Amino acid sequence: MSIRLNNISKSYGKVKAVQAISFEVNQGEIFGLIGPDGAGKTTLFRILTTLLLPDIGDAQVDGKDVVKDYKAIRNHVGYMPGRFSLYQDLSVEENLDFFATIFGTSIEANYELIEDIYTQIEPFKKRRAGDLSGGMKQKLALSCALIHKPNVLFLDEPTTGVDPVSRKEFWEMLKRLQAKGITILVSTPYMDEAALCDRIALIQEGKILEIDTPHNIAARFPLHLYNIAAADTYRLIQDLKAYTQAHSVFPFGKWVHYADKRSDFDPVDLRNYLEKKNHKNIVIERTAPSIEDTFMELAQHE
Amino acid sequence: MKRFIGFIKKEFFHIFRDKRSLFILFGMPIAQILLFGFAVTNEINNVKLAIYDQANDVESQKLIQNIASSSYFDVEKMLYNKEEVAATFKQGQVKAILIFEPDFAKKLTKEGVADIQVVTDATEPNTAMTITNYIAAIIKKYNDNFNKITTTPYQIQTNSRMLYNPELKSVFMFVPGVMTIILMLVSAMMTSISITREKEIGTMEILLVSPLKPLQVILGKVFPYIFLSIINAVVILLLGFFVFGMPMQGSLFLLGLESILFIISALALGILISTISETQQTAMMISLMGLLLPVILLSGFIFPIASMPKPLQWLSNIVPATWYIIIIKGIMLKGVGLLTLWKESLILLGMTLFFILLSVKKYKIRLE
Amino acid sequence: MKREHSISVKNLTKKFGDFTAVDAISFTVKKGEIFGFLGANGAGKTTAMKMLIGISKPTSGEAEVAGFDVYKSTEKIKKNIGYMSQKFALYDDLTVRENAQFFGGIYGLSKKVIKERTQAFISELGIDDIADHLVGSLPLGWKQKLAFSVALLHRPQIIFLDEPTGGVDPITRRQFWEMIYKQAHQGTTIFVTTHYMDEAEYCDRVSIMVAGKIEALDSPENLRKQFAVNSMNEVFLKLARG
Repeated sequence: MSIRLNNISKSYGKVKAVQAISFEVNQGEIFGLIGPDGAGKTTLFRILTTLLLPDIGDAQVDGKDVVKDYKAIRNHVGYMPGRFSLYQDLSVEENLDFFATIFGTSIEANYELIEDIYTQIEPFKKRRAGDLSGGMKQKLALSCALIHKPNVLFLDEPTTGVDPVSRKEFWEMLKRLQAKGITILVSTPYMDEAALCDRIALIQEGKILEIDTPHNIAARFPLHLYNIAAADTYRLIQDLKAYTQAHSVFPFGKWVHYADKRSDFDPVDLRNYLEKKNHKNIVIERTAPSIEDTFMELAQHE
Repeated sequence: MKRFIGFIKKEFFHIFRDKRSLFILFGMPIAQILLFGFAVTNEINNVKLAIYDQANDVESQKLIQNIASSSYFDVEKMLYNKEEVAATFKQGQVKAILIFEPDFAKKLTKEGVADIQVVTDATEPNTAMTITNYIAAIIKKYNDNFNKITTTPYQIQTNSRMLYNPELKSVFMFVPGVMTIILMLVSAMMTSISITREKEIGTMEILLVSPLKPLQVILGKVFPYIFLSIINAVVILLLGFFVFGMPMQGSLFLLGLESILFIISALALGILISTISETQQTAMMISLMGLLLPVILLSGFIFPIASMPKPLQWLSNIVPATWYIIIIKGIMLKGVGLLTLWKESLILLGMTLFFILLSVKKYKIRLE
Repeated sequence: MKREHSISVKNLTKKFGDFTAVDAISFTVKKGEIFGFLGANGAGKTTAMKMLIGISKPTSGEAEVAGFDVYKSTEKIKKNIGYMSQKFALYDDLTVRENAQFFGGIYGLSKKVIKERTQAFISELGIDDIADHLVGSLPLGWKQKLAFSVALLHRPQIIFLDEPTGGVDPITRRQFWEMIYKQAHQGTTIFVTTHYMDEAEYCDRVSIMVAGKIEALDSPENLRKQFAVNSMNEVFLKLARG
């Protein structure tokens, strides 16, 4: 067991940031905390990296208690906080060199671990971190977090504000780090990234909605889900919501995701209803629920 | 140790790459000294006076002679009755009026005490204060001469504030004051800003999670500023000495020690400020309002402590700068040593230790 | 210009010294259309939008927004558009109503009109209970929905949304898009910048900027077909990798 949280709660004044959170992350696993801003993801990261004390509950990282053994944990984890925390006025090389030095190591000693990532930004090693693009900052921040060969890597929203190309490359790098045996706890507000984790916890308003593999979570959607489209999306949504048997209606890209209350739902009934409402170009087709559908389903019943 | 050196190296990168901080570090001391030394001067020249001499005897004439012959004052007008005093002021022709009491010489020789009233136009309070002081100084000088030739200690009430600055050069007052301000500014403000900056950009989180000990972080943060503050102190002293002819009566070594003590107390204050502020902006505001203003207003740098209301006088006692200014003025102008300044030095030492303890205690190993 | 085009841009260019931030872009946006303006950070999205909302002067090219020229009539443009960004939305230390009053006042609406319209959106969102709370105390999702409502107070012809839904929860995001659909339905033109590709699927048409140029411009469906992929994300990856 690499990370274990037991009944962790933390409040800031009246605001309950996280409430009774328990989960475990296995050695060498990529575990995702999936939830919007303000869900409590950052608070959990700070508790696990010994930066905050929980009000209630206990937690271990790498077998060590986050309160009592905080010094030991600080030597063995890598942490990449929400904003890429780099010294903007230092060059790429100087940043990396600094973080290596304060962890009592050197770039050369651990080059093998970061090589794959660092070579992508090495051509710009003399450039100030402040002048890098979002994607390059992200790679540099990851290199800095890895420079001391941590056993556990904490990545708080590493892909926020980064373009799709860099996001994709970033996840490829995480997979390679995982292959080297590093446990990774990563948070993201993006549901499409959830599918790339081994297991995920859906989190909203400080509470965990569900923990499972991405596949199982998507499969947990309780009803049949339909893609519906028509010429006028706005009216379509209004009319679907007004339909008495509607369970949930959410716009989903060009589609509207629709779930019906009835177990013996026949799409023909719905088509008739929509036609009566003068909708044109109606399309109704079964679709597989995604993690996001389950998230909304669970969040709605909270 | 390697970690620590790496940390300090990084701090110097920050300092030398930020034009703003470089300016505060090196531009400010020079600008301030020159500004105070040349532009903002309290010295006066050819101030117009009126005199209402009710005695019109030998002593009063002699004294008037002395005042009129100084380059500071021009006797514009002699007055002959009380009504004229008010009228002259209203016309705004003169900045001050001297009123000798009747029987001035008689009182001085018989009773040993005689009164001169100095009426100044206090719409410009600083000028008024300076004029009063200058006149008092001339009277004092006259008084001393007078006492030399008589056996009885006659006395005209005077103020002795300018005793150790006989040439009445205001720059001698300002060099210690500016030095205090600069050391405070560089040490406290720059440290608090540089620590809060790490909080703002989020690197403090990484530093805390790293194996660096909190004490190493603090020392790494303050060390460059100790170094730079000392350089600053030296620059100011050199400027004072070579440009303004500032005297250096006492021990340079003692001055250095006391300065380091003051720098450390300011650094501790800077750390303290950083523990209570989350952003650079707050740190700057607290430093300016909480440290710089008291140094300027309460330390005796510009406004004499003796003329402050009692509550402010008490307040000035808890400003470290007050003691530091007393100490460096003592060393530079009077040439006194620890024998005289042990009390002030002890107070400064006590304050420094208190602030260090407090800041180490308040410094958080976690985020809250 | 015929009024079916809310925005029409031809060879619009912005240079900063030697650097061409926006390189001769051309497009039109129809009235009531939801137009997605996509691109990675630094691709020139923000610069282009600044020119359209009248706060940055183009180096060359032509553009008309709400029927007004971006060189000569920036003040008129500003009166006829609404703007909302993720970075700045509402004042945290004012209540919802106070924010509405302030922003309505900026656009010269009368007190009475502001009051009516504020009450209208408050009722519609069902937030009577929090209308007098400080905005800072509200969840992010609410702030975004409120900011959108406030940006609509003066009934602009076009509304510019700069990365409006970053970080909000999935349900609020849907509610936000429903609000956008409603406005579009009523004839307001929507111009959305984003660098999240899944957001693009909600738009009628999208343009994708790469290094100052518009490299693709069509409906999401046609773009997916054109690049033979299943999602806008892949379209973007193909474009960016050349």
